[in-house]
Amino acid sequence: MTFFEDPVVFLSNLIQDLLVGLNLAPSVVTFFMTLLGVVIVASFGLIAVIFLIWLERKVAARFQDRIGPNRAGPYGLLQTFADIIKLITKEDITPDNADKVAFNIAPILSVVSVLLIWAVIPFASGWIGSDINVGVLYIGAVGSFGILSVLMAGWSSNNKYALLGAFRAVAQLISYEVPMLITLLIPVLLARTMGLMGIVEAQSTWFVVYAPLPALIFLISSIAEIGRTPFDLLEAESEIVAGFHTEYTGMKFGLFFAGEFLHAFTIGVLTAILFFGGWRGPGAETYPVLGVIYLMLKALGGYFIVMWVRTTLPRIRIDHMLNFNWKLLVPVTLALLMLIAVLDKAFAGTALYLPALIAANLVVFAGLMVALRQLAVRQRKERKRFKKRPVAKPA
Amino acid sequence: MTPIQLVFLFVAFATLWAAFMVVTRNNLVHAALFLVIALFGVAVLFVMLEAGFLAVIQVLVYIGAIAILMIFAVMLTRGDVDDIPDITNRYAGWVGLVAVLFFSSLVILMAQWPSFTALAKPILSSRDTIVELGTALVSPNGYVIPFEVASVMLLAALIGALVVARPRKGK
Amino acid sequence: MLDQWLFVGIFVSIAAVFPLLPLVMARFLAPRKPNRIKQETYECGIETVGDTWVQFKIQYYVYALVFLIFDIETVFLYPWAVSFDVLPLFAVFEGVLFILILAAGLFYAWRKGALEWS
Repeated sequence: MTFFEDPVVFLSNLIQDLLVGLNLAPSVVTFFMTLLGVVIVASFGLIAVIFLIWLERKVAARFQDRIGPNRAGPYGLLQTFADIIKLITKEDITPDNADKVAFNIAPILSVVSVLLIWAVIPFASGWIGSDINVGVLYIGAVGSFGILSVLMAGWSSNNKYALLGAFRAVAQLISYEVPMLITLLIPVLLARTMGLMGIVEAQSTWFVVYAPLPALIFLISSIAEIGRTPFDLLEAESEIVAGFHTEYTGMKFGLFFAGEFLHAFTIGVLTAILFFGGWRGPGAETYPVLGVIYLMLKALGGYFIVMWVRTTLPRIRIDHMLNFNWKLLVPVTLALLMLIAVLDKAFAGTALYLPALIAANLVVFAGLMVALRQLAVRQRKERKRFKKRPVAKPA
Repeated sequence: MTPIQLVFLFVAFATLWAAFMVVTRNNLVHAALFLVIALFGVAVLFVMLEAGFLAVIQVLVYIGAIAILMIFAVMLTRGDVDDIPDITNRYAGWVGLVAVLFFSSLVILMAQWPSFTALAKPILSSRDTIVELGTALVSPNGYVIPFEVASVMLLAALIGALVVARPRKGK
Repeated sequence: MLDQWLFVGIFVSIAAVFPLLPLVMARFLAPRKPNRIKQETYECGIETVGDTWVQFKIQYYVYALVFLIFDIETVFLYPWAVSFDVLPLFAVFEGVLFILILAAGLFYAWRKGALEWS
C-alpha cells in the first residue's frame, strides 16, 4: 500500500511498526495508536469549527446583503482567531449565589456532547474512529448530555431568566428528540445495522431516495436540537434576556457558542451519512481521500441549508413550535416508520421496492397536506366569526 | 492486575462514591447530578461487559430521560438553591442497620450460589448480539408477550402520568 | 469490540480536556477585578425582584413525561429494526402493533388536551 492510495492507513502502519520496533507490549501499542486517533479526530472537529464560524458569518452576511468579516487576514479568514483572543482575555464573571461547580462544568459539557458524536463518524472507507455496532443510538445518547448541560447552566446561574430559558430549552430539546430518534430508526431499518460505517456501505442507492420525508424531518428536528432560528426560543432576547447562558461571560460563553456551531456542522455531516451516502462517490473505494472530500462537500451542503433556514425564517412561538412537533412531526414519523417497515419486508429484493417506498412517502405527504388544508379552512372559518370585532375609533 | 481490572475498580468505586453522594447531599439538584454520574458509571460497566447496546440505552434512557425528568421535577417544585437543612430523621440509625443487615445477607446468599464465581461463557452465536436481541424480542418462542405487554404498560404509564400531572380545569 | 470502545473511552477524556484548555488559558490571561455590582444577577440593568425561583408551568413537565414514554418505545424498536433480515413478516407486524399501541397513547394525550400549550 502506497502513501497516495491511503495516507492514513499508510502512516498508521508506519507509526505502528515504529512502536513495535521499540519493543513495547502489544496492548501499549494499541493504546498509543488509539490515543493518536482520538487526538486527530477530536482536533479535526475543533479546527473545523474555527473556519465554520468564519464561513457562517460570511454566508449570513451575504444573505443580509452585507460583506461580513473582511479585516482580519485575507477575506477576514483570521476573524475567528481574533475573536478567540478577545474572548480569552475577557474577564470571567461568576455571579453571586451561582453554583460554582455546575456553572463551570456546563459549558464544557455542552462542547463535549457535540464533540463526542465525531468519535463514530465514518470519514472514508476504513477511516472511522470507532465502528461500534450501536453507532446511531450512541449519537442519540451523547445528545442527552447537551440537554443536561443546558439544564445545569440555567439552574446554576441563579437568574430567573436563565432558568426560564433552560426550561424552554429542555422542553424543546426533549420534544424534538422524539421525531429525531424515530427518523434515525429509518436508515437503521433500511441498512439492517446501527453501525454508521454499515449504514454508509449499505447505501448503494442513497437512502434519501427511499425516504425523502424522513430525511427532511431529521433535518428539521436536528435544527430544533441545535436551538437555532426558527427554533431559538431558548434564547429569545426580547423575552428572557439571553436564555440559559445569560450569566456567562468570556470564554465560557464562547464555548456554548462554539458548541452550537460545531453542532450545526455535525448535523450536516450526520444528514450526509444517514441519507446522502456519506463518503460514497466515484473512486471513493480505492482512494479514501476522495471519500473525505465527498463527505465534507455533502456536509457543507447540509450546513448551508441550516444557515439558509437560519437567515430566512423568523422565530416561531413556543406553542406553535411544540404543536408542530407533537401534532405533526411525531404522528407523521410514526406513520412513515410503520409504512416503511411493512413495505420493506414485503417488497425487499423485488423491482417494486423503490416505487413502493416512494409511494409510501407520497401518500403520507398527501395525507399531511390534506389534513393541513382542513385545519387551515377550519381556522379561517373561526376567524370569520370574529370578523366584526369592535374597533377603537378616534373620537 | 490487568489494565482492564484497574479501570473496572476505578469505575466501580466512582459509581459507588457518586451513589453515596446522591443520598447524602442536602441539595436536591446536586443529588440528581450525582445520580447522573452514578448512572454513567453503570453505563461504563456495561461497556466493559461488552454490552454496548445496554450501555447506550443506559445513557439514553436513564441520563437523557429519567434523570432529566427528575431534575425537571425538582426544579419545578422547589427550584430554589436553598438546601434542606437536615436530611436525616430519628430513624436514620435503624434504617442504616437494616440496610447493612439486608446487604450482608444478600452477599452471603449470592456467595453460596454456584454461578456467582463462574466465568461468563462467551456467546456462541455467529450473529450480532443486537440481531439476537431483536429476534428474541419478537419471536413467539422468545419474548413477544413481554414485548407487547411493555407497550401496553408504557401506554398505561402515559395515561396515568397525564391524569396525575395535567392541571385540572377550574382551579 | 472492546478495542472500539477503548477509542470512545479515550475520546470522552480527550473531549473533556480540549474545551478545558481555553478556559485554563483565560484563567491566566483574563483580568480579574470582581466587584459587587458586576457579580449581581444580570437583568438588563434592572435590579432583580424577588426570588430566583418563580412558579413554572406544569405543562413543561407533561411534555417531559410524554417524551420519556416515546424515548423508551423507540429504544425497544432499534433491535427490531436491526434484525429485520431474519424476521418473518408477522414479526414485522408485531413491531407495528407495538407502535400502534403507543400511537394510541399519543392520540389520548392529544384528545385530552395534554399537548395544548395553554
